[in-house]
Amino acid sequence: MCLGIPGKILSVYEDHGTKMAKIDFGGVSREACIEVIPDAKPGDWTIVHAGFALNLLSEEDAQETLEMLQEMSDLAKQEDLNPSD
Amino acid sequence: MTEKATPDFLAGYRDAKLVKGVLDEIHQRVTHPWALMEICGGQTHAIMQYGLDQLLPKEIELVHGPGCPVCVTSLELIDQALWIARQPDVIFTSFGDMLRVPGSEGDLFSVRASGGQVRVVYSPLDAVNIARENPDNEVVFFAIGFETTAPANAMAVIQAEKLGLENFSILPANVLVPPALHAILASPDNRIQGFLAAGHVCTVMGYWEYPPIAEQYQTPIAVTGFEPLDLVNGILQTVEMLEEGRAEVENAYPRAVTYEGNQSAQKLIDRVFKPVDRNWRGIGTIPKSGYGLREDYQAFDATQRFDTGRIQTEESKICIAGQVLRGLKKPSECPAFGTLCTPQSPLGAPMVSSEGACAAYYHYGRKKQ
Repeated sequence: MCLGIPGKILSVYEDHGTKMAKIDFGGVSREACIEVIPDAKPGDWTIVHAGFALNLLSEEDAQETLEMLQEMSDLAKQEDLNPSD
Repeated sequence: MTEKATPDFLAGYRDAKLVKGVLDEIHQRVTHPWALMEICGGQTHAIMQYGLDQLLPKEIELVHGPGCPVCVTSLELIDQALWIARQPDVIFTSFGDMLRVPGSEGDLFSVRASGGQVRVVYSPLDAVNIARENPDNEVVFFAIGFETTAPANAMAVIQAEKLGLENFSILPANVLVPPALHAILASPDNRIQGFLAAGHVCTVMGYWEYPPIAEQYQTPIAVTGFEPLDLVNGILQTVEMLEEGRAEVENAYPRAVTYEGNQSAQKLIDRVFKPVDRNWRGIGTIPKSGYGLREDYQAFDATQRFDTGRIQTEESKICIAGQVLRGLKKPSECPAFGTLCTPQSPLGAPMVSSEGACAAYYHYGRKKQ
């Protein structure tokens, strides 16, 4: 139920006064309400749940976490190679 | 040129080497047995699907939480939904998961089979459109879900008001995570020592509500996402806090979650809903653990619009869903698991839902021990 799918905003528009967007989910495009991410613009990434965008997705934070985990993994490998260090 | 379906910054979260690196670190760090609960049923399924439970050190036990809205929706509410859906002028709309959840007598599928108008929607806003297109019918939406779904449910009500739709109402059934954490941790038979908090609930609500809970019960919490790397990272952060004796809250899903959450979404919820006591199936009534409609929006409350009378409920006598939802028993410990109770013929809601722990055990082959 709390499934949230990351998608890239293609275009934004209004429907009966409600902020909506066309969003690309890996090649499939669907509409979603973006009322609670009013600053969203085409090119932004968002998480969509039940036809409703929950928040913007931070590309920067995503990269940072990946890099941190990569470093941790590399460090562990080095320790395995040099167990006496 | 078409773009890659998954960009690199997200594909990395399914990278087997990175997942293995984090798993290795968990093996290094763990010195004690720990029982962790993943609250969200979506996480339970991802853990089973990727076999993460089988790759963790034997010291770490993952206990599956009540984070499956379909599973915890009370029998009274389901019976009310069945009653409303049987009325001749009603179009009853619901997320698909709810249709096969057994009530006291039958389910929404059986109502549809006997001529009731029951429609599956992808979004609560689709239900509003159905109301717009069918002015001669009463359109009712079964508004289940955790905080993740609450903004969409609230938006449907606001949209219906804006469009002046008098034939739209919701059956309010939203439930909330923090009161459930209190209920689990305060229970005398609790054995949970750390939590993976549900990432998308926190995308909406932030995690400012959690530090007092971690402090009060001396239980660390890591906000956790849904990809395999997110899950092992959430487990690692929780294990580190446990090993170091820290009862804090950490965010292992920063790309989608901030401390404050999405404040526009919280305002939207607050405009339409107020916290109310709610009965959780298999768990009991938890104070202020659900959303009911505020006075200004009572006209959209299906329970005000339909007099369903006094409903007598009857639970299955064999099903142990309540104990599964409280983390006291594993699905495979149920005498009916995989025999009398299967996804095709479920006795309890956790065997129905794509987020239910029993369905996860069944689909991913976690048979009886």
